[in-house]
Amino acid sequence: MAQYMVTESVTEFFSQTGQSVTNTFAYIGALASLAGRAAYYGFVGPMQGKPLRLQRAVSQAMEVGVRALPILSLITFFIGLILALQSAYELSKLGAMNIVPRAVALSMSRELGPLITAIVVIGRSGSAFAAEIGTMKVTEEIDALETMAISPIHFLVTPKFLAMIIMLPCLTIWANFMGILGGALFGVAQAGFTWMGYIQASIDSLFLRDITTGLIKSIMFGITITTVGCLEGLSTGAGAEEVGRSTTRAVVMSIFLVVIVDLVFTGLFYFVGGR
Amino acid sequence: MDEKNELSLESLPMVSVRDLRVSYGAVEILHGINFEVNHGETLVILGGSGSGKSTLLRTLVGLERPSSGEIWIKGKNIAAISQTELDEIRKKIGMSFQGGALFGSMTVGDNVALPLREHTKLEESTIDIILRLKLEQVGLAGFEYYMPSQLSGGMKKRAAVARALAMDPEVLFFDEPSAGLDPIIAAGIDQLILELKSAFRMTIVVVTHELASAYLIADRMVLIDKGNVVAIGTKEEMRSSSQPRVRQFLDRVAEPEVSRESDYLTMLTEHRRRSG
Repeated sequence: MAQYMVTESVTEFFSQTGQSVTNTFAYIGALASLAGRAAYYGFVGPMQGKPLRLQRAVSQAMEVGVRALPILSLITFFIGLILALQSAYELSKLGAMNIVPRAVALSMSRELGPLITAIVVIGRSGSAFAAEIGTMKVTEEIDALETMAISPIHFLVTPKFLAMIIMLPCLTIWANFMGILGGALFGVAQAGFTWMGYIQASIDSLFLRDITTGLIKSIMFGITITTVGCLEGLSTGAGAEEVGRSTTRAVVMSIFLVVIVDLVFTGLFYFVGGR
Repeated sequence: MDEKNELSLESLPMVSVRDLRVSYGAVEILHGINFEVNHGETLVILGGSGSGKSTLLRTLVGLERPSSGEIWIKGKNIAAISQTELDEIRKKIGMSFQGGALFGSMTVGDNVALPLREHTKLEESTIDIILRLKLEQVGLAGFEYYMPSQLSGGMKKRAAVARALAMDPEVLFFDEPSAGLDPIIAAGIDQLILELKSAFRMTIVVVTHELASAYLIADRMVLIDKGNVVAIGTKEEMRSSSQPRVRQFLDRVAEPEVSRESDYLTMLTEHRRRSG
């Protein structure tokens, strides 16, 4: 009897593991398929006479990018300041306060700039994508598009996709700059730097690679956030509470996948690019 | 040659459904539906909640894929064609959804103009004229700059009909045209359907559970129950039918309600499985 129960629970364990592995692959497959179709309408479609909705992409870019500037500036300025404080805590013991600009500039442009930007954009836009498309699903607007022979992906997802892969790198550059500025506030107030001296020290410590790897990551984050937000929106079930559920899932999933993508690309750059 | 083709298409029914089966997962919703819609007629698909009539309509416009069977619209079996071909057929059909399904971020005028802007190369000034005409047809002249949220329920439905009419469709599908409307507004929508029929000789398919409305607008009716066609016929044929299920529906005899708790639970899980 006991042995029977053991076999049963082992079987259960394997079947559940198998189930969740299958589900994970199915989800990744759905993401890849959606991203692929959005990219098709964005890059291949226009050459085959399916015009791009530039106006919609521009208004999305305005919403995703320009309107995020105030909050993103504030957050990354403080992050830069915090980074300076934290690194100064250790560096002051070694009497190496002059490498604070280097520490801040590197961690901002290689890692925190892209990541914080992605998280702010997830909160502002990833959730909005899921809520917007989810509501349209519930009110049959997505069905209406289809019966009018208009592809919901072409009409709704591609403009968001284009807006995100253009705006996220732009926001990231701005975030890097604001982070360095935040560090500079500490440098000037506590470490005897002048504003220009601090900025110059930051620029001197950065290689072009430090910035480009961050930007490549931010493009990948943009693709991830748009695809997850739109997929969650499109797979919304019936009823208003489902929209809330999709929105939550979009945010949680996006944050998780952004971190995974971050890990993969950072690892890639480390091993391929020689740091 | 082409003319001959056109002629043979004319003599065929506009929509023809043959042994249509639709399943959600393992649950079969429609069990072999057969009927035809002739040119210029109004066919009303009647049925109670959960009868499968909405699924049937969604399948007719290609929103659900049937598990087997054929749906012939304008000489094409839409159950077995590519997305591109389906989209070509869809440009010739109009669909009015239950809640209107107008795009909330666009004005009423932009909603009506959307299919024209997407599928035609018409000048903006021409599109403007067409959208005003369509809005006038549904009694909403002058409302093109309103947002859908500023319209009442009945006006939203009218605007949705205007959008469905934008591409001059040959078949118009209605999902529950009178749902959620008071009797007077609902009568107005029925009137609109009758006008479309007499003025444009349009082929119209309406899904509803409203008997009064069905008797008013229908040329023929199809009664659906539990995923099967129970009866097809003209109003008179339906009225004089002696089939118990038809009589029950038309005479509004109450279904014996579930009384035992276990039955109720079974019903709920059954329903959840279907809707989920």
